[in-house]
Amino acid sequence: MSLDFFVSHYNYWVVIFLMMVGFYILISRGNLIKKIVGLNVFQTSVFMLYISMGKITGGTPPILVGDGHGGEAVEHVVYSNPLPHVLILTAIVVGIATTSVGLALAVRIKEAYGTLEEDEINRIEALVEASE
Amino acid sequence: MTAQLPILQIIVPLLAAPICAVLRHGRAAAWLAVLASWSALAIALALLGQVMAGGVVSYHIGDWVPPIGIEYRVDIVNAWVLVIVASMGAVVAPYSVKSVEHEIASRRIPLFYAAYLLCLSGLLGITITGDMFNVFVFLEISSLSAYALISLGRPRRALTAAYRYLIMGSVGATFIVIGIGLLYVMTGSLNMADLAELLPGVWDSRTVKVAYGFLGVGVCLKLALFPLHLWLPNAYAFAPSPVTAFMASTATKVAVYMLLRFFLSIFGAAFSFDVMALDRVLLPLALVAVVSMSLVAIFQVDVKRLLAYSSVAQIGYMILGLSFASVTGLTATLLHLFNHALMKGALFMALGCVVYRIGSVHIDAMAGLGKRMPWTMAAFVVGGLSLVGVPLTVGFISKWYLILGALEKGGPWTAVAVLVLATSVMALVYVWRVVEAAYLREFSGDETTGEAPLSLLAPTWVLVAANLYFGIDAVRTAGVARQAAEVLMAGIGS
Repeated sequence: MSLDFFVSHYNYWVVIFLMMVGFYILISRGNLIKKIVGLNVFQTSVFMLYISMGKITGGTPPILVGDGHGGEAVEHVVYSNPLPHVLILTAIVVGIATTSVGLALAVRIKEAYGTLEEDEINRIEALVEASE
Repeated sequence: MTAQLPILQIIVPLLAAPICAVLRHGRAAAWLAVLASWSALAIALALLGQVMAGGVVSYHIGDWVPPIGIEYRVDIVNAWVLVIVASMGAVVAPYSVKSVEHEIASRRIPLFYAAYLLCLSGLLGITITGDMFNVFVFLEISSLSAYALISLGRPRRALTAAYRYLIMGSVGATFIVIGIGLLYVMTGSLNMADLAELLPGVWDSRTVKVAYGFLGVGVCLKLALFPLHLWLPNAYAFAPSPVTAFMASTATKVAVYMLLRFFLSIFGAAFSFDVMALDRVLLPLALVAVVSMSLVAIFQVDVKRLLAYSSVAQIGYMILGLSFASVTGLTATLLHLFNHALMKGALFMALGCVVYRIGSVHIDAMAGLGKRMPWTMAAFVVGGLSLVGVPLTVGFISKWYLILGALEKGGPWTAVAVLVLATSVMALVYVWRVVEAAYLREFSGDETTGEAPLSLLAPTWVLVAANLYFGIDAVRTAGVARQAAEVLMAGIGS
């Protein structure tokens, strides 16, 4: 793997780094809020994957470029692929919905158990089970 | 009108959901949900009829021609799954009227039905769409509403179960998006039929193989294939009874459908089995799932949890059929989708009746219930026999085709057939534990405990009757399943 390859694919390295950071937080943290933060970072890395793959070097935004007099669109304009960007707009909305449902659950868990730490919750449940 | 059936399949429950949410009255929302789910079933049956008569139905949303526009594509495979999902939705909806009033606070009931219909439309949407990104959107619609539904369970552990499912489910869904994105990079298309044509040209690319892996892990998280099943037992055990019955009989089935659609229709059977060795990956996982989860189920004291572990084992059977890489094996998988929905639906609904009367499904609390609730427990026994695979029940038909598929391959696969028989005996053990408690022990609870109300028993017995009917007359179901299996093995283009 040459340095050139490494540099020219830098967006993928950023994506992979973010993905692993998010995934690590998700797995390693016991705090329910931190887990959701990890999930968010994880999802954001996918957003970046989609957005960066739609971008073309030197590409303009995908807007019809006229001659200034409302005439025909100028051809041969290099523009970025709008489709992945639009898809990720949907995915961002989905991500927000997931985050809010997750946070709402965290609030109810806090009300029910008085804690947001996973091991505390497990301890409480183990005590309840033992007393039954 | 009939040309619009594919979109109506989604629109009807999707529009009924927000109306349910704004209705203040629980009963009104309930009947609206019943109405919407019944119309969804009618549409699904009409679609199946159309497909059987005239082949693939393709619906172009907004008249945009695919692959540019989103296409709803109904062939025999997803028409079959649509009928499974819609019929379970239609049976559970009237069941939940009484059950939900008992298990959920009254101010939340309209919201329950809104989430229920959203979940139904999401699952139907995953099944009907012919567009990859659409699959993800519908997947999240069904998952988010499922998290909400599970968290409505009365024990507080329902909350942690829903949270855990949310984390694992979101990771699974994100994996699927990554897979879809990588496929888009390689082909520039999101339409399934179009992808199936374009992919063979880029089979050698590592990106496609990585996409395959991401899609596989993501979908397997959703379908709770061992060892990715950790979210399932608690989610099923602590969710409200109708939610468990609905989820157990639809959500994992739709995920299995996704697996079949992605790997057989889009990537193609040749790529999956010859290049990626899918069968050799799935076979050991399926076998471990069946054996270990049946074993775990034997030692459960909470009957809902027992059945949840049994569900993971049954999913193992479905994946086992796929790993045969043959038409007979796939027929077994597709038959078991339907048959398992019938049996687990009936079993979980019978447990819902028990919860309605005695408030617990602990195996000790169920002691002596056979005399107190004869119809409920009889339903459980028939469902249990079906789970074991006794002749004259649908379970037998599934196992028959599974064993047939194994014997067809011959050689070392005979051992797999023996294993299927052995694990049926394990199923007999865990069903027997409940039956023994219910019929051979003395009842120790409240003397006034009686049979569950008719509105709970009737839907339960509809499923029990279906268990028996399709167990005796399997010609039609097996015929459709085999036809669907042939379509899957041949690829989407034919």
